[in-house]
Amino acid sequence: MVSLRLALRNILGAGLRTWLNVIVLSFSFVVIIWHKGLLDGWDRQAIHDMIEWEIAGGQYWVNEYDPYDPFSISESHAPMPEELDALIRQGEITPLLYTMGTIYPNGRMQSILIKGIEPGQEIIAVPSNLLQSGPDEIPAIIGTGMASSTGLKEGSFVTLRWRDKNGAFDAAQVKITGIFKTNVPSVDASQIWLPIDKLRDMMLLPDEATILICRDEELGTYSTSRWDFKEQDELMVDLKQIIRSKSMAGLFIWAILLMVAMLAIFDTQVLSIFRRQREIGTYVALGMTRRQVVTLFTFEGAMHAVFATVLGAAYGLPLLAMQAKRGINLPVSSEDYGLTMAEKLYPVYSLGLILGTVIVVVIVTTLVSYWPSRKIARMNPTEALRGRWQ
Amino acid sequence: MEADLIIKLDGLKKHYPIGGGHFTALNGINLDFARGEFAALIGPSGSGKTTMINIIGSLDMPSEGRVTFMGYSIGELNAKSAALIRSSKMGFIFQTYNLLPVYTVFENVELPLLLLGIEKSTRKKMVRDAIEWVGLTDKIKSKPPQLSGGESQRVAIARAMVKKPAVVFADEPTANLDAANSHHILQTMEKLNRELQTTFIFATHDEKVISYVRRRIYLSDGLVVRDERVAPQRTEV
Repeated sequence: MVSLRLALRNILGAGLRTWLNVIVLSFSFVVIIWHKGLLDGWDRQAIHDMIEWEIAGGQYWVNEYDPYDPFSISESHAPMPEELDALIRQGEITPLLYTMGTIYPNGRMQSILIKGIEPGQEIIAVPSNLLQSGPDEIPAIIGTGMASSTGLKEGSFVTLRWRDKNGAFDAAQVKITGIFKTNVPSVDASQIWLPIDKLRDMMLLPDEATILICRDEELGTYSTSRWDFKEQDELMVDLKQIIRSKSMAGLFIWAILLMVAMLAIFDTQVLSIFRRQREIGTYVALGMTRRQVVTLFTFEGAMHAVFATVLGAAYGLPLLAMQAKRGINLPVSSEDYGLTMAEKLYPVYSLGLILGTVIVVVIVTTLVSYWPSRKIARMNPTEALRGRWQ
Repeated sequence: MEADLIIKLDGLKKHYPIGGGHFTALNGINLDFARGEFAALIGPSGSGKTTMINIIGSLDMPSEGRVTFMGYSIGELNAKSAALIRSSKMGFIFQTYNLLPVYTVFENVELPLLLLGIEKSTRKKMVRDAIEWVGLTDKIKSKPPQLSGGESQRVAIARAMVKKPAVVFADEPTANLDAANSHHILQTMEKLNRELQTTFIFATHDEKVISYVRRRIYLSDGLVVRDERVAPQRTEV
C-alpha cells in the first residue's frame, strides 16, 4: 500500500521530530501501564491481606451481629453450634467473641472493640500465640496502629472496662504482650485482642461467640438456625466498593496520561498541516487522491504509536518486570496513610492490561491523527502548493 | 509534430470571489496545444498564467467554458479521476521545486512511479534513467537540503519526467535560479521535449525561458493578447 510505505518513509525521514514523539509516547505507554499495574497490585494485595488477616474462607455470623452498629455488638453472641463442634475442635473453624469496651491509656479514655480469639488458632494471621502471660494477668495484643494512637508498648499495662452479659460494668488491668504489624486496619484500628476464654469469663458467656471463621469456603455449607454463613465475596463488599471507586480515580489518571500522549500526536499532526502544506499540494499534484493523503497522514500518526510500543517494550518491559518481582517500597506506612497499604507494593501487570493499553493507545492515536488529517482533504491544492492555506 | 491536439481551451473563464464581488483571472480563453509543443504563457503577475496551468492540470476547476485534456473534460472529472490523470499523464515543475525534504533524490523521483504502482525493478531503472537525463547520478542519495537551487530544479524535472507524461507544466521554473542554472535546466527540458515528444507548457515572464520556447502566448488581464510561433532565440549565459 503506497500510503503506508510513504508514511513509513516520511516518519523515518523526519528524524528527530519522529523520535521525540515516539519517546514521549513510549514514556506515556510505560507510565500508563505502570500506574494501572500499581493500582491493580495494590487492590490484589488488599484483597489477599484481608483474606489472610480477617476473612479466611468465610465466616458464620450470629444473626444479631451488625458490624456497623456498635450499640448492638455487645449483645451479638450465641452458643457455638453443635454441628460445628468437631470442626472447631479440629481447628478448621475458630470462634471470635466481640464486645465493646473502654481503655484508659495515659489518662485518656478511648472506646474500643474487644475481640476474643483462640491463642492457638492458625486460620487468620493475627498472631494470637502472643497471648501468653502469667496466671493473674490478662494478656492482650494490639496492632501497630492502635499502639501508635494509644502510646501503648509491649509490656505496658492498661485499664480495660467492659460490661458483662447482665450489663454490669467491670474493669481490669490488661498487659500488652504483643504488637503486630498488619496492612489491614479492620483488625488493628481501635481494637484489642484477648484470649477468647478469658473474655468469655469476663463477660460471663461460656462457649459463646460472635463470629466463627472458617479455614475454607467449603465449610460454609452447614445450616444452623442462629448463624448465617458469609462468603468471602460478601465479606469483601466494602473493600471491593473502595477498589471500584479507586479504579474510577485510576481511570481518570489513566485518561489524563493518555490525553497528554495524544496531545503530542495531535500537536504533530496539526503542525504538519500548516508546515507541510506545500508537500501536501505536491502529493496532490503528483496524482495522490485526497483520500490517499488523509490515509498517509493518519498512518504517520498511527506509526508513532507502533514505534512507541516497540520502544516502550524494549525498556519498559524489563523495568516493569523488575518492579513486579522486587516490589516498590512506599515511603509511608499504612496507619499514616489511613488506607490498607503495605510497606512494599507489588504491581501486577497482566497481559490484558498491557495489550489493552497498547490497543487503546494505537486506536486513539490513529483517531487523533485522522481528525486533523481530514482537514487536509478540504485543502485546495493550488493554495496548498503556495502554502497559503489557513 | 504539432498536428496531434491534446489540449483544447474553449471559452475558459475563471472567477475568484473577493469581498462581495469577484476577480476574473481568465476571461474567455480559446487555445489549442498539440503533442510535442514547447510553449510559454507569458505575462506579468496576475495575468492568469498560473491559473490557466492549474486548470489544465486539473488542480483547479474552470468557472465557465470547457477544458479538454486528451479527450477528458477537466470540469467534469471527479477528484479520483483527476488524480489518476495527473499521476499518469501530467508532470509538474514548480518555481519553489517542491521536493520532499526528507526523501533522497532517488526517492523524490521515485514517488510518481510508486503512485502508478510500477513494479520495483522497472521503477528503479526508470528512476535511474530520469536522474541520468538531468545529470544528477552522483547526487542520487543526497537530500534536497544538500542540493543547490539548480540541482533541486533538475530533480524536480526528473520527477516530472520519470513517468514520461504527455504534458509537463512548468510554473516559473527559473525564477529562483541564476542565469547559468536557468540555461542548464532549459536545455535539459528542451532535450527531453525533443527526444520524448513531451509537451511543455511554461508559465513565465523570464526572458531566458521565452528565448527557448517555440510558441509564445502573451496574456494580459485574463485574455490572450498575442499567440505566436517562433524559432528559438537563445541568449548566451
